[in-house]
Amino acid sequence: MGSFHRILTLFKKDWMLEMRQQYAFYGILLYIASTIFVLYLAMGDTNYETWNALFWVTQLFVCINAVAKSFLQEGRGRMLYFYTISHPVEYVLAKIIYNVLLMTIMNTLNLFLYIAFMGDPTVNLLQFIGISYLGGIGLSLVFTMLAAIASKAMQQASLMAILGFPIIIPQLLLLIRLSKVAFAETFREGVVSQVVLLLVALDLGIVVLSVILFPFLWKD
Amino acid sequence: MNRSWWKILCVVLLIFTVIAGLLGPVPALRQLQETIRNLYFHVCMWFAMMILFTISVVHSIKYLRSLDLNRDIRAHQYASTGVFMGLLGYATGAIWASYTWADPNNPAYASFGSIVREPKLIGAAMALLIYAAYFVLRSSITDIDKKARVSAVYNIFAYAMLFPSIWIIPRLLPSLHPGQEGNPALNFNDIDARMRMVFYPAVLGWTLLGVWITTLKIRLSLLKEKKWLNA
Repeated sequence: MGSFHRILTLFKKDWMLEMRQQYAFYGILLYIASTIFVLYLAMGDTNYETWNALFWVTQLFVCINAVAKSFLQEGRGRMLYFYTISHPVEYVLAKIIYNVLLMTIMNTLNLFLYIAFMGDPTVNLLQFIGISYLGGIGLSLVFTMLAAIASKAMQQASLMAILGFPIIIPQLLLLIRLSKVAFAETFREGVVSQVVLLLVALDLGIVVLSVILFPFLWKD
Repeated sequence: MNRSWWKILCVVLLIFTVIAGLLGPVPALRQLQETIRNLYFHVCMWFAMMILFTISVVHSIKYLRSLDLNRDIRAHQYASTGVFMGLLGYATGAIWASYTWADPNNPAYASFGSIVREPKLIGAAMALLIYAAYFVLRSSITDIDKKARVSAVYNIFAYAMLFPSIWIIPRLLPSLHPGQEGNPALNFNDIDARMRMVFYPAVLGWTLLGVWITTLKIRLSLLKEKKWLNA
């Protein structure tokens, strides 16, 4: 069995678990829906800056909830089993692919519900959608690695927020700033493409770091 | 004597920094006046902090390569001295800002909101929060080897995420902080030649002081953990 095949199998296993125990998926879905509904009730009319800020904060918390589960659900025994049948790099790559896919779905739902409830203040919706996917993928990559780290410690869920927020805030600031381009704010020439390239490079860097560092977390 | 030359150098440099820093000539800028001398103290704290964090990460990498617990103790102690330097950097910055940024006609908390949004302050706060999280992570794992491994991984990951953003964010957001275009005091044309003569020795002196403090702390914790290391 090639390593690509093994990654695919591990990915399929996560996917099938998700399909069978749908409580997690619907749990997050409900989380998104109720958050946005509360915001809708509380805010009424919003200007685009508030809309933007709220969108990214929701995105952040959805990501933490969706991704945290992926490592925390694996018990010790099951980790030991994976240890015997696969290589850590394959395992972490499968997790990354799965989390990115999960976050893409959540991102779509989040966007859809936001526009349905809170209206669409964007000038260029397509641009905003693109930026939101770029951001969602970046967030899920960072939190995959952080979930792996936090799963080794006690009080995992709260630790993940402590470990994650300082790391994610710069990236979130960049995203919030960048998404203002979709609200027809003017930027200096070249800045937008530079920031997009930077975020893509950062994402690639995170994947490389995860592949290098995860094997050290794996040995117990 | 042979091995303590850098400690003597550190003391000499710091004496030079304090004397030349307080008495030496500085350009008379209308907005900054004599507060410009804070460059020798405030900015050096951040330089020392970053250098100490870098040393800490190097030790973390070496730990993962060798699994030698001595490395882990070093990484931990360098990080904690780095945080101390960062706190001193905040303190010196706050004193400076209270003379230059704060409007004496308003109460201090009125200008708080705009100061918190300073991109350079955000970057510094992130650095300190990351290392605070590093200490929390360390204290939440009881097994020594696991603690060392997991915290080394976090140290490397956080450092690799933090530093690009510290360099980039200030270039994107508006700021009042001196050194508008990018990172203060690194640009060669930014500072006056007379000040550079004091600034570079000051950076070296404060960094050596940080390293000195850390070596003492490392020796202390090596003594404490002796029973683990010899086992």
